[in-house]
Amino acid sequence: MNYNWDWGVLFRDPYLGWIISGLGWTLVISLLAWVIAFSLGSVLGIFRSSSSPVLRAIGTIYVEIFRNIPLLVQLFLWYFVFPELLPDDWSRWVKRDMPAPAMTTAIVAIGLYTASRVCEQVRSGIDAVGFDQRQAGRAIGLTEVQVYRYILLPNAYRIIIPPLTSEFLTIFKQSSLALTIGVVELTAMTRQIEEYTFQGFEAFTAATVVYSLVTFTVMAVMRQVDKRTALPGTFSKGAA
Amino acid sequence: MKFSFRTIAAAAVTAVSMAAPAFADAGDSPTLQRIQERGVVSIGHRETSIPFSYIGAENEPIGYSIDLCLKIVDAIAAELGVDSLDVHYVPVTGQTRIPLIANGTIDMECGSTTNNLTRQLQVEYLPTTFITGTKLASKVSSGITELEDMQGKIIGLASGTTNEKAIKAAIEAENLDVKIVPVKDHSQGWLALETDRIDAYGSDDVLLYGLISKSSEPAAYHVTGRYLSFDPYALMVQRNDSTFERLGRATMAGLMRSGEMAKIYAKWFEPGPTKINMPLSDTLRTAFEVQALPE
Repeated sequence: MNYNWDWGVLFRDPYLGWIISGLGWTLVISLLAWVIAFSLGSVLGIFRSSSSPVLRAIGTIYVEIFRNIPLLVQLFLWYFVFPELLPDDWSRWVKRDMPAPAMTTAIVAIGLYTASRVCEQVRSGIDAVGFDQRQAGRAIGLTEVQVYRYILLPNAYRIIIPPLTSEFLTIFKQSSLALTIGVVELTAMTRQIEEYTFQGFEAFTAATVVYSLVTFTVMAVMRQVDKRTALPGTFSKGAA
Repeated sequence: MKFSFRTIAAAAVTAVSMAAPAFADAGDSPTLQRIQERGVVSIGHRETSIPFSYIGAENEPIGYSIDLCLKIVDAIAAELGVDSLDVHYVPVTGQTRIPLIANGTIDMECGSTTNNLTRQLQVEYLPTTFITGTKLASKVSSGITELEDMQGKIIGLASGTTNEKAIKAAIEAENLDVKIVPVKDHSQGWLALETDRIDAYGSDDVLLYGLISKSSEPAAYHVTGRYLSFDPYALMVQRNDSTFERLGRATMAGLMRSGEMAKIYAKWFEPGPTKINMPLSDTLRTAFEVQALPE
């Protein structure tokens, strides 16, 4: 390979600042998208396991639509197609006046997509707690809401901590897709360094290290959470 | 003694017969050695750099730069003494073209790449094949003619291009309040302009004419403003391979000397399959004449 190596470029002004700001935006996108994914996904997961056929249908349709379309396609649909379906004033607002149009679109699109995956995790968690628990709860006179609140959900969330951790790591890495609609997050910043200095190999190595550091940290923290919240006698024993 | 002599002789014959086809013609050029070993030339091409290097109706890369590269492929085949070489097309983007040349994934990049001195730290360029500069494309109805008209408006710029740097520098120098939206490639930039997400799209003027000629409503758009940068295009090859570079230079000089260069130019620009209509400018004609070195 014919290449002039220069690792010092990563620590030079303004490139070090670019990496830090890129990491900042990556974290903002992932955390806000995770808030959407986790809350909406939980509600949909409850819908999918509830006794009401209507709620079950809503959950199923949502999951089928959002889980079966590639995220990249969804990003483009939200960014380029969705605004064209709105009335002119609204369309203009979404495209121009909304705060940070590309960033907001990315957060919503990634959040909605991941919600369908979280929904399936929550539903399988609830299923894993078992039908007997549900019936036992109803037999001692709890309402369905109370059964979820006091029996199913506290157990289900403990069981699904490891898969939810994976889900968060996925959202963190998928936030890099936001660069395709022009959000300057970590990967985009790395590319920009490459464009200005033509030291692409150094820049991408830096991105790899930063992404790995964050994911390793999240994994370590979640392993502790899993251990501390485990209930004796159930299958949430801090695996992962 | 006899036995060992025979062994040495056999080894020598084997070595010569193996080495001869592999290195006799490729010389000291890593690129030519690579091409000879694989029997394939890898050409990096763009997908929407009209009419230099883009995907044509047959789903094959075509264009001015591709035609020039195919002339070099013929020269490589002649140099290596083979009848023909397979061509393997690898799509590249503004961001991937330089690393892919540096690591040898592609042997030549045939797109619309500006030759500048910073890039020459990583890659080498063949003679200049086209001269252009950064301008703005906007809707005729917007009334934008110069960068200064963009005050308070939004401009789209493709990441990894010299235009991005030139326009950012101009905005900074004049202290303008222009919002920049980065886009991935020319087609996405054009889509953003069509859907009013941005007010203008900045790129090399020739590419903007190409985009307009392919748009659904060519009369609604125009290319305006002064040149915000000087962008001489050239084909890219790997650094530190003067043998291969010389072969490329010789091929290009030959085309320029014989006038074939002007014919290939006419095929794509006057007006060419995309109706772009840019007659050979005096600057470019002079560039061709100056670069037409004698044998």
